[in-house]
Amino acid sequence: MQSMNLLGAKTLFLREVRRFLKVKMQTVVTPALTAFLYLIIFRYAIGDRHVPGMQVDYFTFLMPGLAMMAMLQNAFANTSSSMIMGKVMGMQIYLLMAPLSALEVVSAFLLAAVVRAVVVATVFLAVLMPFVDIGMQHLALIAVYGVCGSMIMGGLGLIGGMWARDFDNVAMVTNFIILPLTFLSGVFYSVKQLPEFWQHINHANPFFYLIDGFRYGFLGVGDTDPYASMAIVIGSAAATFITCWYLWRIGWRMKD
Amino acid sequence: MYALEVNGFHKVYDNESGQKTALCDVSLNIPRGSFYALLGPNGAGKSTLINILADIVRPTGGSATLLGHDLFTERAWCKRHMGVVPQEIAFDPFFTPREVLHFTSGLFGCIPDDDWIDELFARLELSEHSAKNTRQLSGGMRRRLLVAQALVHKPQLVILDEPTAGVDVELRRRLWSFMRELNANGTTILLTTHYLDEAEELCDHVAIIDRGNLLTAQPMSQLMQQVASSHLWLQYDREIELKSDDQAALADFEPRLTTEGICLRLSSDTEQQRSNSFHAAYEAAVARFGPPLDAGVRKEDLEDVFLRLTDKHGDDACNP
Repeated sequence: MQSMNLLGAKTLFLREVRRFLKVKMQTVVTPALTAFLYLIIFRYAIGDRHVPGMQVDYFTFLMPGLAMMAMLQNAFANTSSSMIMGKVMGMQIYLLMAPLSALEVVSAFLLAAVVRAVVVATVFLAVLMPFVDIGMQHLALIAVYGVCGSMIMGGLGLIGGMWARDFDNVAMVTNFIILPLTFLSGVFYSVKQLPEFWQHINHANPFFYLIDGFRYGFLGVGDTDPYASMAIVIGSAAATFITCWYLWRIGWRMKD
Repeated sequence: MYALEVNGFHKVYDNESGQKTALCDVSLNIPRGSFYALLGPNGAGKSTLINILADIVRPTGGSATLLGHDLFTERAWCKRHMGVVPQEIAFDPFFTPREVLHFTSGLFGCIPDDDWIDELFARLELSEHSAKNTRQLSGGMRRRLLVAQALVHKPQLVILDEPTAGVDVELRRRLWSFMRELNANGTTILLTTHYLDEAEELCDHVAIIDRGNLLTAQPMSQLMQQVASSHLWLQYDREIELKSDDQAALADFEPRLTTEGICLRLSSDTEQQRSNSFHAAYEAAVARFGPPLDAGVRKEDLEDVFLRLTDKHGDDACNP
């Protein structure tokens, strides 16, 4: 039994955090600007209209979903961009040569993705808090859904980065898989507004449970029971983690 | 005791055009504390062998031990005690060289040692660039940073895969002087390079591989004593042609045309044989081409031996 390289895992985690902090324009300023734009568009253009079947106005309904969407996209970007950058610049070999187990590598990458997602969501919500009552009724739900959602997306980013040969491949995964799934997950609407067929389709989208549970944590209203959905979310996070661990262990698309 | 024992490394790559054998059951024993040259032409399999050791490439077969530890079952231990300078320049565009060395130390499980990092910067002439972004470094500086990354965790085996490509002569000399010092202090060094004169000067052991096959592996002095022979060179004021009857008449001396004339290999087993061989070769050449303008005897260097061994090997590859 070989001892764990905790210092190595911690170093990789810190390296990934410092990497995204080096590009603050993307990770801190951009979400703040996006929140400000949402504020102008949705708050002032749509006004005080309510979401059908819910006792919340549309803008308040949107905010947690938009925050979660930003978290998911940033968690994915953190791991996928690090992986593909490492491959293109040749730095990936230092991870392969380092005495790090798959468990250590995957834990460090996913934890850094969660940290970036939390930073982005915090900035996003901080800009909006003076203008809207975002509630935060169930902090535990917010934490579980936020962390699990970021872990799932960080894991998918890691898998996407391992699969990709170039930046174009990563853009393909982002634009054709991640973006449609996040936009069609109920961020902008309540599924109860949809025809029955599309409601079923929506329920097959794992991101729907992430958005809905996270929103429930803030507002106390949602389309599904957040405690029942939690099993799906935690199960998905665990499955993603195990898949990442296995793929790293066998050196999928990284070792000849 | 050997620092590294490689037993039957075999590697077959699957690619679009079928299978390509890069290594054919290569075995090497690298003595502890040695400065070991691994030589071969491009595509010989040197980098494949190194990449298997570094865990970048999976072997098709074979085993290895590093300082008595199994390379494949005790990977983490072996990685901690091995530093590799990769052939391709790799750099992280987000960080400075100092940050890169801090991260590399940490990844290898070592608390960054700033005194050692400063010494590495000084020895590799990167001190004044240590706070710049790696994007601002020249190709030569980036290559030296790779050397620093391989040494930052003070490994017992250092593997240098063509570390001086693109590095100017003066810096190369200083790098080699640093490597010699490390070697004198007990670090085992495995070097691949295309600068054979440097390999001959630096290394005490040598292995030559070609097309995935190990051609020879022995102490440098033994190779130069046993394999390197002397050549008689003859200079002419006209172009010499080696016709088939010339080839047959001079076959014992393995004739080779040079830019100025012809070169004949002398038998090198004993002083007497060398002397007889010299006279026989000179007379045979004069009989075929007439008296030369100038003539002389030259001892083969590593480059000659390398070319002779790899030429002889020809197409005798294990590729299917």
